Amino acid sequence: MRPRAVPILLSACLLIPAGARAQVTSDRLLDAAQTPQDWLTYSGGYDSLRHSRLDQITPDNAGDLELEWVYQSQVFGAWQTTPLVVNGVMYITQRPNDVVALDARTGRVFWVYRHTPSDEQRVCCGSNNRGVAMLGNTLFMGTLDARLVAIDAGTGRPLWNIEVADPRAGYSLTLAPLVVKDKVIVGVGGGEYGIRGFVAAYEATTGEEAWRFYTIPGPGEPGHETWQPCPPASPTYCDPEAWKHGGGSIWLTGSYDPELNLTYWGVGNAGPDWNPDQRPGDNLYSDSVVALDADTGELAWHFQFTPNDRYDYDSVQIPVLVDLDWDGVATKAMLWANRNGYFYVLDRVTGRFLRGAPFVKVTWASGLDANGRPIQTPPAEGEPTWPGNQGGTNWYSPSYSPRTGLFYVPAWENYASIFRKEPQVYREGERFGGGGATLLTPVPGAPGIPGLRRGAVNNWTDEVGSGAVLALDPQTGSAEWRFEMYDVTDSGILTTASDVLFTGSRDGYFYALDARTGAELWRASLGAQIVSGPVTYAVDGRQYVSIISGHSLFVFGLGD
Amino acid sequence: MTLRSAMNSCRGLAGALVVLGAVGVHAAAVPQEQEHLGQYARADVEYGLRLYTANCAGCHGPNGDQVDQVTLRGGRFRRAASDRDLRDIIASGIAGTVMPAGDYDAAELTALVAYLRRMGDFDPSTVTPGDAGRGRLVFEGRGACTTCHRINGVGDRSAPDLSDIGALRPAGSLERALLDPTGAMLPINRPVRAVTRDGEVIRGRRLNEDTHTVQIVFDDARLVSLEKADLREYEVLATSPMPAYGDTLSREELADLLAYLLSLKGEAP
Repeated sequence: MRPRAVPILLSACLLIPAGARAQVTSDRLLDAAQTPQDWLTYSGGYDSLRHSRLDQITPDNAGDLELEWVYQSQVFGAWQTTPLVVNGVMYITQRPNDVVALDARTGRVFWVYRHTPSDEQRVCCGSNNRGVAMLGNTLFMGTLDARLVAIDAGTGRPLWNIEVADPRAGYSLTLAPLVVKDKVIVGVGGGEYGIRGFVAAYEATTGEEAWRFYTIPGPGEPGHETWQPCPPASPTYCDPEAWKHGGGSIWLTGSYDPELNLTYWGVGNAGPDWNPDQRPGDNLYSDSVVALDADTGELAWHFQFTPNDRYDYDSVQIPVLVDLDWDGVATKAMLWANRNGYFYVLDRVTGRFLRGAPFVKVTWASGLDANGRPIQTPPAEGEPTWPGNQGGTNWYSPSYSPRTGLFYVPAWENYASIFRKEPQVYREGERFGGGGATLLTPVPGAPGIPGLRRGAVNNWTDEVGSGAVLALDPQTGSAEWRFEMYDVTDSGILTTASDVLFTGSRDGYFYALDARTGAELWRASLGAQIVSGPVTYAVDGRQYVSIISGHSLFVFGLGD
Repeated sequence: MTLRSAMNSCRGLAGALVVLGAVGVHAAAVPQEQEHLGQYARADVEYGLRLYTANCAGCHGPNGDQVDQVTLRGGRFRRAASDRDLRDIIASGIAGTVMPAGDYDAAELTALVAYLRRMGDFDPSTVTPGDAGRGRLVFEGRGACTTCHRINGVGDRSAPDLSDIGALRPAGSLERALLDPTGAMLPINRPVRAVTRDGEVIRGRRLNEDTHTVQIVFDDARLVSLEKADLREYEVLATSPMPAYGDTLSREELADLLAYLLSLKGEAP
């Protein structure tokens, strides 16, 4: 078929000073939706909808999608990156800390930049990196050894390379940075090593630190009181300095509301993961969303999803910013399907709780009170908890379509773990779990769901959990439709202005669904686990959609 | 053509035992050094089990088979020949993989290595295996197990091949399978029944399944991959075709049979 022209907003280009030829200005980032031929940020725009205005691929022609090109990584391991696409060039990261620039139309490579992480890196879950950010003609990548690197987009040469934190203490950077105005904002991973998490902003031109917000407040700071003193003669181990290694990692890109000048970040589990007894109190701001001033890092508000967590329910999800009519009032809302199994709607101006309901089976709480605080019902020792350790969802990107008004969430269903808590003394650089979690299986000793990476044979079956795309209505909290998968899913979701939803599966299928009904429009069997999100872009007026399966990146289009 | 139902005619052991050996264990290198044989104190192994459960089982699983391409219970490791290699990996991790470095003291490392080396034959339960030689006679004789199971090229393929079952499963799990085959049957091994659009009925053992397809072995050695959308009926059966042996074999015969199964480590015949 003949592709239609893609609308391009020229006014954004006119803002670039003559001679600078900056490809991605901060103004362009403010309205990324207006230039849908590019994919400018990790989540496609500051509101993190993962929704594109491109509309060539439709429910009627999705069945004609064909493979355009493939890029094969030479590196093994789960590949979690989201590409950026700018002016026909795709920038991706691959293990451990490479950046690759490719022709987005053909997949041919322009250059590869390699940062070799220090041997002192300590990462819980493999050499993961989720992508780069771009400002002007500069790319920014966080590294496994907790550095931030600026790279010239034209040549692939490093411009500056700074230390963000000490990798020997378990700090790492795996998220794609967030660029706001002239700053590059990142957070640190290491929630399994007893770090003290933080979000920090750096000057894009120099790498100089502009501000830092600790997700675990220190003495004298608001919230520190939620790291309560140990009771005298505590019957179990209690750590009087628990806050110092209280976790609160930030390993997923935040969102930004320019009108409020607030950035939003999902905060990870408290440390240690599974033993709440040694850190009495709510343990702010673990398992929370924090709203931070983009210029100063000052905390505007917080909302905690799982106080005094014992289930490793990181609130490391993408904050999805949506303007809703809420009970007749125009409301700046935030949609959040949490790892703990509840789907929340919050007011993103104030952090006020608007609604919450389980989207999968939940047993760790009997419900939420009027302020959204869970009424916790911990299981007896040795008894299972729903959802299990990986949660009802996790870091996999959801999508919101302003056309359908639906919030699309990758979910793990019918999945439980038996949690075990054990006292653990903190030692720098060591795993700091404080117990563990075992999958509930129908037969003792039966295989469980592989935590991060699966092979070609599924010998655990759907009896230990299955996957679904849930189309949730924010107004009711219930699912308008569901698309079920045999295995659980780690794939992100993309929607388009033509009501096509793209997503992948652990068993290697790449799907186009009808965003209105959940009906399958098309699928391709790509042969290996999909653990990142699809993006769409256009070159020379033709729409493409990309997905990574196994060690290869596939790009599909409608052909000639 | 109507296909023969292999499962219906099976009278021996079926279904309950695992097929985990299909993944990974064959890639393991043969240890170059023999320093680990027979030198581990029970106390070390038990301590190692506790450490393993706390630190390793989260990723590797209670049976050491949860990481793709890695089967710890087999006692052979792709990256480690000697105990020293094992200690180095546990202490330093494997760069570029999920395997982290662990800060263990010497006693903890000794215990973890001891447990990894004995994982295949250590069972904290009270199961007491008998004589493997007599157990083989039970397997091939009164148990009629070869009617469905295959070991080192001998026997039927309708139930899982057991040539390396002793490297994959602990004694307690095998005992459960003998006494309560349906209750102990691993989900992947459940028999399936499919009816095609043409009315052809396929009964077989499931090897793999995803959202749209299922892979089955049937008629002893035939492999078929079916599109679920093309099937008129598809059913995963909850009952194992394997009989429970608690009433038909004596306690001694069961103990001997168990010892024989535990002796099957996947070595070439």
